[in-house]
Amino acid sequence: MKEIRLMKGNEAVAEAAIRAGADAYFGYPITPQSEVIEYLMAENPEERTGMVVLQAESEIAAINMVYGAAGCGKRAMTTSSGPGISLKMEGISYMAGAELPCLIVNVVRGGPGLGTIQPSQSDYFQAVKGGGHGDYKMIVLAPATVQESVDFVKKGFDLAFKYRTPVMILSDGIIGQMMEKVELFEQMPRIKEPPEWATIGKKQGKPPVVVTSLQLQAEEHEKVNLRLQAKYREIEKNEVMCEAIHCEDAEYLFAAFGSAARITRKAMEMAREKGIKVGLVRPISLFPFPYQVINQLAGQVKGILTVEMNAGQMVEDIRLGACGKTRVEHFGRFGGMVPSPDEILAAFEQKIIGG
Amino acid sequence: MAENIIKAENIVFSKTELLSDRVMHYCPGCGHGTTHRLLAEVIEELGIQEETIGVAPVGCSVLAYYYFNVDMTQAAHGRAPAVATGIKRVMPEKYVFTYQGDGDLAAIGTAETIHACNRGENFLIVFINNGIYGMTGGQMAPTTLPGMKSSTSPRGRDIVSMGNPLKISELVATLPGMCYVTRQSVHTPVNARKAKRALKKAFEYQKLKKGTCLVEIVSNCSSGWKMTPVQANKWMEENMFPFYPLGDIKVPE
Repeated sequence: MKEIRLMKGNEAVAEAAIRAGADAYFGYPITPQSEVIEYLMAENPEERTGMVVLQAESEIAAINMVYGAAGCGKRAMTTSSGPGISLKMEGISYMAGAELPCLIVNVVRGGPGLGTIQPSQSDYFQAVKGGGHGDYKMIVLAPATVQESVDFVKKGFDLAFKYRTPVMILSDGIIGQMMEKVELFEQMPRIKEPPEWATIGKKQGKPPVVVTSLQLQAEEHEKVNLRLQAKYREIEKNEVMCEAIHCEDAEYLFAAFGSAARITRKAMEMAREKGIKVGLVRPISLFPFPYQVINQLAGQVKGILTVEMNAGQMVEDIRLGACGKTRVEHFGRFGGMVPSPDEILAAFEQKIIGG
Repeated sequence: MAENIIKAENIVFSKTELLSDRVMHYCPGCGHGTTHRLLAEVIEELGIQEETIGVAPVGCSVLAYYYFNVDMTQAAHGRAPAVATGIKRVMPEKYVFTYQGDGDLAAIGTAETIHACNRGENFLIVFINNGIYGMTGGQMAPTTLPGMKSSTSPRGRDIVSMGNPLKISELVATLPGMCYVTRQSVHTPVNARKAKRALKKAFEYQKLKKGTCLVEIVSNCSSGWKMTPVQANKWMEENMFPFYPLGDIKVPE
């Protein structure tokens, strides 16, 4: 039965993990996401569904435990924030290379370095452009609400297994910490049938299953890379998610993702009250990025303002999408600062209307 | 192939089917090949081939999954105990082992090793200690002896500036999570038989879920040590064994 609750974003992610039939969670405390593991430990999903929860000795260990469990064909996940995600990058690269599915949630805080515990979107590049070593991509979903955080846990696991690749939910300290009404999906069963590629013990008459990202022959390793790239093109073809609000008659455009999009939506409404025809485009999948939507909209507007809680990261992809068809400017607050709708509107009037 | 030309009654030895037919890449005289065989024989004798999952490290034995006829996962450098934890936690009825060298286990993977042992994870760690980084070409390892030469300690390991060798087996033996810690070698038939018994015991303890087992194999590295295999074994007896004495370090009550 569907259930409506008032929940903190981090706790909702934890509850969604149990309900999505996750087999294992491995984590390490870091602000602003520690409620995920706290909720799981309190909820004791081992009794509810048989899901394993373990506090690892480090973020590095946690992602490698995910690697081990994922190699057994299990739905495994971890959550962290910026500094911890940096430590997980080695494991994420290995999982992309070994083609293992997993779910990683980054409740982003301001960086670089230890930075701050306040919300930020400064890990966009890390999530979307690589982060770890090697030519790989990770599916990145950016929720703007607690509800989407919950829904993306389920969707994230589905995509991870569909493409055998790591999936990241790129959230932030606002969404992780705020409480909202959320509709929880029904408890799903844990999947009992292990996939063919899982290391669960050699089957009689079949060769052993090996999980590895190593291929020492360059000719063979290029083939591995070509296979990965083909998979990423397939993801780009099938999995783009994007929301366009008031874009039909728009003469101008805001572009923002995650919680910045919610604040920007208010700025858009304020501009519309002033008679300015402005729309909002919100990329939901950051990889695959909705370049085509941006390109199409860029052809009909006089300018785009990208609003981010960083110094200008997604703006590069908006410019790639716009492909010179229109002016693209960036407005950001960062280091843990959150922009107000007034600030955004002022920046829009100055950089786009007046610019 | 050889079986075809030898009459059944004349066969005195055949390779365990737990090892693949692939030609091993290990150097002549290296202890990896013998240890692989012992481990494979133990898995065969216990009849647990279909219940066993191995974890290969980064190092000379990175390609261990070429040789063992069991399901295997290749772990990032030093992370094998964390990977094995993930495997064992979601498949607690399977037998899990890691196979790691000294650089992997006692340098970059020290945290993963100590914490897996401290949690008493029910798997076996096979630890090959040859006091050097073999695969990358003979650099100093955490277990390199004082004064021992390597490509990154060309004048010998200076313990003042480079630190002391780490006796990781003695260290983890102090942890309550550990079930069984033993140090063996495989350079003579007698030692190989003892090592095999230790490996077998470790799997039996794993079945009983008694905690983590660590079997250290003090081994040679003729390439890294720049010696012939015979010289290397002699040097190992004279220098490694006094520092890393063979025998049980912790046995279950």
